[in-house]
Amino acid sequence: MLKYILSRVVMAILVALTVSCISFALVYASGDPAIAIAGENATPADIAHIRHQFGFDRPVPVQYGDWLWKALHGNLGVSHYFNQSVASLIWPRLEVTMTLGLCAIVFALVLAIPMGVIAAMRPNSIVDRLALLIAVMGQAIPSFWLGLLLIVAFSINLGWLPASGTDSWQNFVLPTIVLGYYAAPAIMRLTRAGMLEVLQADYIRTARAKGLSRRKVMFKHALRNAIIPVVSLAAVQMGFMLGGSVVVESVFALHGAGFLAWQSISRNDLPVMQALILIFAMFYIFFTFLADILNAWLDPRLRGR
Amino acid sequence: MAETVLSIRNLTVDLPEGADRPHAVEGLSLDVRPNEIVCIVGESGSGKSITSFATMGLLPAALRPSAGEVLFEGADVLKMSEAGHARLRGNRMAMIFQEPMSALNPCYTVGDQIEEVFETHATLSRSARRKRVIALLEEVRLPDPERIYHSFPHQLSGGQRQRIVIAMALAMDPTLLIADEPTTALDVTTQMQILKMFRRLKEERGAGIMFVTHDFDVVAEIADRVVVMQKGRVVEQGTAEEVLNHPTHPYTRQLIDAVPRRTRAARETDAGAEIALRVQGLEKAFHTPRTLFSPARTVRAVANVDFTVRRGETLGIVGESGSGKSTLVRCLMRLTEPEDGAVWVGNQNLLETQRGNLRAYRKEIQIVFQDPYGSLNPRRTIGDQLLEGPTNFGVPRAEAWEKARELMRIVKLNDEALYRYPNQFSGGQRQRICIARALMVEPSILIADEAVSALDVSVQKEVLTLLREIRERMGLTMLFITHDLRVAAQVCDSVIVMEKGRIVESGPIDRVFAEPQAEYTRKLLSAQPGQGWEVPDLGVTA
Repeated sequence: MLKYILSRVVMAILVALTVSCISFALVYASGDPAIAIAGENATPADIAHIRHQFGFDRPVPVQYGDWLWKALHGNLGVSHYFNQSVASLIWPRLEVTMTLGLCAIVFALVLAIPMGVIAAMRPNSIVDRLALLIAVMGQAIPSFWLGLLLIVAFSINLGWLPASGTDSWQNFVLPTIVLGYYAAPAIMRLTRAGMLEVLQADYIRTARAKGLSRRKVMFKHALRNAIIPVVSLAAVQMGFMLGGSVVVESVFALHGAGFLAWQSISRNDLPVMQALILIFAMFYIFFTFLADILNAWLDPRLRGR
Repeated sequence: MAETVLSIRNLTVDLPEGADRPHAVEGLSLDVRPNEIVCIVGESGSGKSITSFATMGLLPAALRPSAGEVLFEGADVLKMSEAGHARLRGNRMAMIFQEPMSALNPCYTVGDQIEEVFETHATLSRSARRKRVIALLEEVRLPDPERIYHSFPHQLSGGQRQRIVIAMALAMDPTLLIADEPTTALDVTTQMQILKMFRRLKEERGAGIMFVTHDFDVVAEIADRVVVMQKGRVVEQGTAEEVLNHPTHPYTRQLIDAVPRRTRAARETDAGAEIALRVQGLEKAFHTPRTLFSPARTVRAVANVDFTVRRGETLGIVGESGSGKSTLVRCLMRLTEPEDGAVWVGNQNLLETQRGNLRAYRKEIQIVFQDPYGSLNPRRTIGDQLLEGPTNFGVPRAEAWEKARELMRIVKLNDEALYRYPNQFSGGQRQRICIARALMVEPSILIADEAVSALDVSVQKEVLTLLREIRERMGLTMLFITHDLRVAAQVCDSVIVMEKGRIVESGPIDRVFAEPQAEYTRKLLSAQPGQGWEVPDLGVTA
């Protein structure tokens, strides 16, 4: 197991380095960064000055090394637009996005896994159909519309929950539901399909032949096997929720990292984009790594590889 | 007469509507007494497994017992609640399954899985449970019980896993053991050890054992009494001696008559015929490259293999799983690239043929695989699949169609089968279609890779007869890969015995089986079940 974890760690680091190269290369992807920073009316002397000031005249590997070294120490450069250090810009917003993302994935898992299990226990029954209906609706309803509906119902008509802002935990309830409900159907369907398949397995019959209770057969023997692909899916969903929550953040006026990403793209604010891409990629890598470890713990066959 | 452990009276289990018959099992009655092995034999679909599942309360939801009773130690299990029945399962009655590879949960150690039985049915401390498990592992003769206890199923071989399942079944010392084809998926030497274990269990523990099998050799090896089933009904039952040697029901007689004899069907072989296939120094090793975390590994799957086959001869290739039989076949057809050696078909060395020209020579060697269900494309008609080969080689469609009709007649199927889809045929029919498909391109060599292993004994007999007819009619050269020495003895002229990628013995089949030279051949032969039993000559006309 230790060997497996070590190999995963090495893999994760290699992937992270590759991603850092790509996100560094972004600086040059849209032409000479010095010209972009200098603006439209700059003279060649201004541009040369900026090029020297920002260090763009050094060899590329040196620039990358320098950039990476600083990034590892939390120095992600200065935003061109806000004229503020990128780190101080990102951290508070990342907190908002992280809170939302974690709440949403927990909500999605808590909703989807039991629903999937129950649906699989009685395939084609009313319960199963109901679960399917909930799932299809989750996939079909656009997040912004569901968000607006919830605001109308719970904030305006009932007045139970705030419609926007980040002041208290109550502000996160509606966004969590909207974002989580978007992720839940895929998880539910995978759980249901996994359970249905596993329940046909010979070892489930063996477990029943041992005289185990139905509950033990279901939860100890079936769910553990069925949940393995769900773990991998949830990791990807989690990464997606952190980076792709911009719609939900806009609807509820939560100023999170997704919203910041959208702003910096529209303003061509390279250092911020670069830092966000790097951070989101690191989250993906981290959650995938976590999922790998969790799966290896669940399924011993994976450990030997 | 001793008290019965299990007494099934007029059991009927309904099939869902739309099945080919109304009942999976109909009016079945049988008894199992302590200290007795009762074998239920029958072909696939005869209802023998359904009977054991009904007793264990493990029937699929679609099947329901509709009449009769299953009395276990005097109480009718069909009338019990699910929880009540569960209290007996794994406790007073236990079951051993066919597929040891999938019968254990991959996520838990085997020690854990055996312990679960004690957790469910006994009140024992943790250390006491553990001690009992270790004792059980010793009883089923697993080496190094301490290590096995902490192993996961995927770290054990098929035979070892089956021993784990048996240990699990024995945990609470049940009075009734049900075994559903427990040795079918195992190699013959492992099978022998497991069969011996069943005999020992009967003697030492005095349990009643209901043993479901399709193999009459296994019946001959262990049965005290035999129940023969056909299409859900018991057609004959009696002592092993009666049923095996003096069967009375026509179906039993037909089944026993279909068991291959241990002697070769007499026929002429032309020792002077030209050599059809010559294999020289064939080598294939599988390399697992070194990674950051594990060293490189090399397994020699085919090691320096030499043999020749004459035109019209049938060469058997026998050996246990992992002996390299299948890799050898794949190398011969260059489905896998061998690393060294030569494969001469006529004057052409297949291994030196350019990839582009290979197609023309592939036509010379055709193959019939083990699984008749997986070998045909379910979405295309039989005709389409048969025509694909010859039309690829430029034969006009009309001509190929004529050929397909002729072959359908040869494999004893109707012409209109060409318009139908694979799912409309039984396993035996499909295998005949696969043979026809292989013959469509008029190969000079036909390889049968365990081609009859998945078939019921009576169907197996049909296919073997068909292969013999085709061989005589077309002068076909055949390579017959099998793990079943009875089948090999009947159809092959000569044989090579493989172990770990090497040929350990080769020669005319009569000589090799009568006077084996190699240690491994002797081991294989002595592990054959049912050696004391000669198939009686019943004079049944097939």
